[in-house]
Amino acid sequence: MRRSTIIDMSVIEVDQLHKRYGDEIAVHDVSLAVEEGEIFGILGRNGAGKTTTVECIEGLRAPDRGTISVLGLDPQRDRTELRRVLGIQLQASELPDKLRVGEAVELFASFYPVPAKPRELLERWDLEAKRNTAFANLSGGQKQRLSIALALVGNPRVAILDELTTGLDPQARRDAWESIEQIRRGGVTVVLVTHFMEEAERLCDRVAVIDAGRVVATDTPAGLVARLSGGQRLRFRPSTPFIDTVLTDLAEVESVRRLGPQVEVSGNGDLLHAVTSTLARHHVVPADLRLKQATLDDAFVALTGRAAES
Amino acid sequence: MNELTSVAPPPILGRRRPANPLVALAVAEARLFLRDPVTVLLAAALPALILAGLAAVPALREPSDLFGGLRFTDYFAPALLAINIAVLGLQNLPTGLATYREKGVLRRFSATPVRPSAVLVVQLVINVVTAAVGTALMLVVAVLVLDVPAPRHPIGFVLAFLLGTSAVFALGLVIAALVPRARLATGIGTGAFMLTQFFSGVYLPKFLLPDVVVRIGEFVPPATGAFQAAWLGDGPAPSQLVVMAVCAVTATAVAARFFRWE
Repeated sequence: MRRSTIIDMSVIEVDQLHKRYGDEIAVHDVSLAVEEGEIFGILGRNGAGKTTTVECIEGLRAPDRGTISVLGLDPQRDRTELRRVLGIQLQASELPDKLRVGEAVELFASFYPVPAKPRELLERWDLEAKRNTAFANLSGGQKQRLSIALALVGNPRVAILDELTTGLDPQARRDAWESIEQIRRGGVTVVLVTHFMEEAERLCDRVAVIDAGRVVATDTPAGLVARLSGGQRLRFRPSTPFIDTVLTDLAEVESVRRLGPQVEVSGNGDLLHAVTSTLARHHVVPADLRLKQATLDDAFVALTGRAAES
Repeated sequence: MNELTSVAPPPILGRRRPANPLVALAVAEARLFLRDPVTVLLAAALPALILAGLAAVPALREPSDLFGGLRFTDYFAPALLAINIAVLGLQNLPTGLATYREKGVLRRFSATPVRPSAVLVVQLVINVVTAAVGTALMLVVAVLVLDVPAPRHPIGFVLAFLLGTSAVFALGLVIAALVPRARLATGIGTGAFMLTQFFSGVYLPKFLLPDVVVRIGEFVPPATGAFQAAWLGDGPAPSQLVVMAVCAVTATAVAARFFRWE
């Protein structure tokens, strides 16, 4: 049923996508390929062009230039056919105030050829108790969970989730991540739009970083971090003075800085072992030793020049 | 064929053939409509209630030369039909559509295999059916309870209702198409509603209105003059029916040209 046997087939292929609104260019040039069964992150700060990119993939917007193929379908030409196999969670879309949770799920289930069971879906997203609650009376987190449930009600082969966990509290957020992993284990390819680094690092197999309408890097989260120069930083207070070249001669070390009584060493690879063993040979004891690993956040800042959050 | 996904929990598949999407949408929208009792009351029962209230006043049940030898209730009944048609077509319909657009409901539907135009069609059908129910209710109360004579020209009456209602609803769609925000659409809809009521002789019976207003009112949708002529007179004037048809077609074309889903 699912085409899991076809290895290495790109589920989504975007080639040189370009989209402008009037004078404002939202997407300059985006190319990416999403493989079957992976969780693919599209990472960028607000206004970077993430949402426009996925809206073009979803067929909600027509690109000005470039080609898009989703499961071999053209989002503009094969609109209805694509919608049947694509689960879409939109960033800010509401439902009629008086529509109840159970009714919404049943209604959306009727739109798809092979829908999920509404009851199981409500249970999975912890909405069973809210089945008879009107949309307007749901909390922000409940609305968000309903929105995810509706994106998955059609048993999609590909799910595109835009700012999945916005508005969820930390526990609900972790539950949502758990569920997304479960969905992927069911063979669904997931595209996750996010500006939330922890989410991308935890969930995504690969990430495309988008900045100012362009893809600036595509890699695994670990791969993006490893590209950083000075990806690790060591700080300590030496027991006796030593000269910097003792450390700067090491291949793993990129730089040494003195911060008052503290020494900060930046570098890559097995930095901790290289530094401590060298210091030991020079009879220097590093007190208060701390290792700071670079995160995806650091990689993002290095790639785009600024932090993602606001 | 499925080895690679065998670690997965069994996919949650449907237990029965899903309902037809259009039917499911119509049921859901009808349910939402019925959850708004004020609109239901205004739209379906208000004209009948007003007529029954007026008929409780003995003086209004006496024939008078002012009304061409008719009783006031008989004379006024056709004008009252403008209330439910205009409440539905100029207020409920455009406000509903503009709200759906503003809140992203239409956009949410357009992300499913259902086209958002299905929502528009369903809303239109629900409002038209309600207008027909309200009109039928009014006829039943007038004829069976208040002894107003049954329409003399039933076919003319149905024609006048269909064309007049289409014209009003098409104008409502123009409001929904051209006005971006729901609140403004409500305001403009209310203004348009009051205009139609004034020209239909709902606020002031036509014998109190200046002649020129009555003449204009003959051609202001839903053209209650045509209802009156079909009910108690010699049948609707072809010119009125033609004007309503032209208004309906033109306004629908304008609405279709400018409607935005988001």
